[in-house]
Amino acid sequence: MKNCLIVDDSRVIRKVSRHLLEGMGFAVTEAADGKDALAQCTAQMPDVILLDWNMPVMSGMEFLGHLREQEGGDKPRVVFCTTENDIEHIRAAIDAGADEYVMKPFDRETLHVKLQLVGMV
Amino acid sequence: MGSATERDMTHEVLAQLLAERTGQDLSPSRRWRVETALSALLRESDATTIDELVAKLTSPFGCPLSSRVADALLNNETYFFRDQQVFDVLAKSALPKLIAQRQDKRRLSIWCVGCSTGQEPLSLSMLLAERAAMLDDWQINIVATDVSHRAIDVARRGVYTPFEAQRGLGIERMIRWFEEVDGRWKVSPRLLKPIRYQQHNALHAPPMGSPFDLVLCRNVLLYFDKPTRQQVFSQIAASLADDGMLLLGAGETPVGQTARFAPVKDLTGFYCLGTPDMPEARPRTAEVPARG
Repeated sequence: MKNCLIVDDSRVIRKVSRHLLEGMGFAVTEAADGKDALAQCTAQMPDVILLDWNMPVMSGMEFLGHLREQEGGDKPRVVFCTTENDIEHIRAAIDAGADEYVMKPFDRETLHVKLQLVGMV
Repeated sequence: MGSATERDMTHEVLAQLLAERTGQDLSPSRRWRVETALSALLRESDATTIDELVAKLTSPFGCPLSSRVADALLNNETYFFRDQQVFDVLAKSALPKLIAQRQDKRRLSIWCVGCSTGQEPLSLSMLLAERAAMLDDWQINIVATDVSHRAIDVARRGVYTPFEAQRGLGIERMIRWFEEVDGRWKVSPRLLKPIRYQQHNALHAPPMGSPFDLVLCRNVLLYFDKPTRQQVFSQIAASLADDGMLLLGAGETPVGQTARFAPVKDLTGFYCLGTPDMPEARPRTAEVPARG
């Protein structure tokens, strides 16, 4: 079973994403900001991370930068999942090392295809 | 809605309207979504219940409303590269086979039946554009049809919400083939160029552009009853090149419906004209006359 870490400050988004991901067979853990997510990754690196952009304490972009510098931090597939829906943000995310990008709102089909494309389903 | 009898009558009127306009069957399994499908139209036409809306259909001004009701009842669910495995077979086996068959003519004609808001023909156009080096001097024609005026209007505009644009597409493909304009995603003119969109009923004579080398008719036949499906198969058979192929959706099959198509060996979901024993044996004309 693959592990997915959901990093989002919205409890609702975490709940909906968890429901979708568990339905796809993932074991799911959650973090409400980048700092908490980084601590969880240090303890155990997930297979895939669903990452919000704007969060308190540490943003998604800051988290991604730190993650990729960590030992083993190149392994998790990172899928941004954000309301930042313009081309500049998308290009910045890819340049920073994101593997895929989901624009909110999204549905099961969208998430499933993105996870397929990064080899997680 | 009112009593059970009123509800049945309302559904009967709607079912009749949908069948007349599109040939589709408003089966009991589709009835649960009628209220959701018509909710926007209820607001726009100042009706508070579906019974009231149906009553307006009989007024002297009911005709344009009938078209809109039929359109709203259609299921336009679609997304890019829907059923990825099918597109993998298309990209790796079916298209190379067709391209090899058409090396002399250097022309490919494709018909997408029930193209909805354009995601399927655009997926196909993407596959072909990504093989541009191989198809440099080829003439590619994709005729994309749907019975819904509303869906064809959206497809022609080629502008999608972020939700629509990302459904089925990886981000690399999305930023390669779409341009973000004021928060919406506009498809590249290069992808739209080979596509000709047309409002068309699959029960009627095929659109201009036949004989087609490939016909995609996916998730369309499931909305028809058996005699109507046979009629659609007949129209497709009449439109297909002798060595062309038909691609159906998952769970759709000509088996038990018509003898005019046979499975293509090693290509799941693809069918050719004829029977497995006699691939070329088939009449060229439609078996059943098109409905008016």
